[in-house]
Amino acid sequence: MATQHSRSAARIMMAPAVILLLGWMLVPLMMTLYFSFKKYLPLRGGDLGWVGFENYARFVSSSSFWPAVSATLMIVVGVLLITSILGVLLAILLDQPMWGQGIVRILVIAPFFVMPTVSALVWKNMFMDPVNGLLAHLWKFFGADPVAWLTEVPMGSIIMIVSWQWLPFATLILLTAIQSLDSEQLEASEMDGAPVLARFWYIVLPHLSRALTVVILIQTIFLLSIFAEIFVTTQGAFGTKTLSYLIFQRVLESQNVGLGSAGGVYAIILANIVALFLMRIVGKNLDT
Amino acid sequence: MGRIQLKQITKSFGNVEVIPPLDLTIEEGEFTVFVGPSGCGKSTLLRLIAGLEDTTSGVIEIDGADATSLAPAKRGLAMVFQSYALYPHMTVRKNIAFPMKMAGMDQAEQDKRIASAAAALNLTDYLDRRPGQLSGGQRQRVAIGRAIVREPSAFLFDEPLSNLDAALRVGMRMEISELHKKLETTMIYVTHDQVEAMTMADKIVVLQAGRIEQVGSPMELYRTPRNRFVAGFIGSPKMNFIEGEEAAKQNAHCIGIRPEHIDVASEGASWSGVVGVSEHLGSDTFFHVHDTGLADTITVRADGEVGITSGDRIYLEPRADMIHRFDDAGLSL
Ligand SMILES: Nc1ncnc2c1ncn2[C@@H]1O[C@H](COP(=O)(O)OP(=O)(O)OP(=O)(O)O)[C@@H](O)[C@H]1O
Ligand SMILES: [Mg+2]
Repeated sequence: MATQHSRSAARIMMAPAVILLLGWMLVPLMMTLYFSFKKYLPLRGGDLGWVGFENYARFVSSSSFWPAVSATLMIVVGVLLITSILGVLLAILLDQPMWGQGIVRILVIAPFFVMPTVSALVWKNMFMDPVNGLLAHLWKFFGADPVAWLTEVPMGSIIMIVSWQWLPFATLILLTAIQSLDSEQLEASEMDGAPVLARFWYIVLPHLSRALTVVILIQTIFLLSIFAEIFVTTQGAFGTKTLSYLIFQRVLESQNVGLGSAGGVYAIILANIVALFLMRIVGKNLDT
Repeated sequence: MGRIQLKQITKSFGNVEVIPPLDLTIEEGEFTVFVGPSGCGKSTLLRLIAGLEDTTSGVIEIDGADATSLAPAKRGLAMVFQSYALYPHMTVRKNIAFPMKMAGMDQAEQDKRIASAAAALNLTDYLDRRPGQLSGGQRQRVAIGRAIVREPSAFLFDEPLSNLDAALRVGMRMEISELHKKLETTMIYVTHDQVEAMTMADKIVVLQAGRIEQVGSPMELYRTPRNRFVAGFIGSPKMNFIEGEEAAKQNAHCIGIRPEHIDVASEGASWSGVVGVSEHLGSDTFFHVHDTGLADTITVRADGEVGITSGDRIYLEPRADMIHRFDDAGLSL
């Protein structure tokens, strides 16, 4: 791709894809921006004209705004911590030669194929139900009072459900990374006198850093917009209302498209701030 | 220190016995080379000594103490791997410092040893680079540096030069030999290149299928190979083997003569044939001679400037005192 000619040819050939993607992105973005400056109430009069920054001011000054931002960040951080730590441990475990390795690996990957709505429903009704849930039975078996998970520890429960869904993804990527570690490096460090933990810390973990970065970045993108799990379980009650859920409420429950659009723009800003931080912290791992 | 003794060592992977019972003593300060064809168990033997593989049975003694079940790090040996096995995310300095850091050595001593190792191996300018930014030869030197700073009682090398190009290999060969002269530490060196074995070793151990075929100094193996395998393996180009009538004349099942021990003579000499391929190296010329009635091809070494070309008839005279005789089991007579 060095010559002038091949470069312009490349541009022409990439154009359809670029235009399609831009359209895909730009049209909704423009519409969001457009509506965010309007008073638009579909069931109560429709388009009521331009209102400047009023929607933006109202969205932030709402008492639900900052709690929603913090709930969003809590879920993202909590799930990232659990999936990366457990993911590394599980990947190491699955890398050990053991009986029935193939089946165990498939079982570990399985949760990733379950739709978020379904998995949240299964957790809510089969595990966390305070009367009939498996966890309630387990608690009763040991003579303890069953916990009403979704009302008593709502945030913890949602983080657990989401982590369960994303753990396979993290494990899978980290497992392939671990398998690509040169065994001679481990043997060399063994000869150099590094005990097991030092080998993990100085050899395995640095080797995994790039895969961990990918896991963290990809998960963050999806976790920032988490919705189904909350909709199905707490409906945003008990302090689990995330930014995306708040926007949903503004648009669909309050039928205020303008206000919701302003929230959408805030969500974009939040995502960019988070992305900026993440790239600062872990992005350098992608360079080399 | 650094005397290593293997007593009745065996190693099996599952049902496959890779090393049948084997005895070997490596004396202190000796440069020992394990040489043999691919898959004969050289690496396995080295890894047994290093402690990276468990022995199936037998005893390994280092400096007179039983080390059979000692952890690799406790044996006081350092190993240089074929793939160098440098830590890619650490700088050269940290790579070299790693074993000392693990041993909890104080920083001043570490810095001193790194500086002297880097000076000895011409690495001073590269200390802050990562392995990925070094050439193959430099990486090899870092791997050696990492081994030196531990001041081990013996060095183990597993085909350390096989990833380098020919010119660099010759250079590194010299450097390792010089290192051995300077440190006077025991070194065990695995290779399948018999030229490396001949040029570097104090003692060569020739292996085949896990068995020791012969142990001795390079010239001993060259002059008095114990059997046909060693005779064929040591020396380049290979020894010529002749069976049948010609061998029977000498009361042997098979006779062997090295290319450098056959002279190009004039008409009336013992053997004659037609020159096939000839390899001109400048200093020497190697002729592959066909139609001699002795063997498929006979390889002959001649002077560089000899005026014989492909297709010519050539007359050969073997030096009678340089002929090796073998019985039908392949053992020297
Ligand atoms: N982990 C293992 N499991 C089963 N068999 C093995 C294992 N490691 C080595 N072997 C077998 O042991 C034999 C000796 O292997 P080894 O690696 O020691 O050969 P080598 O002499 O070093 O060969 P090369 O010159 O190709 O490196 C081979 O036949 C190999 O297939
Ligand atoms: Mg080998």
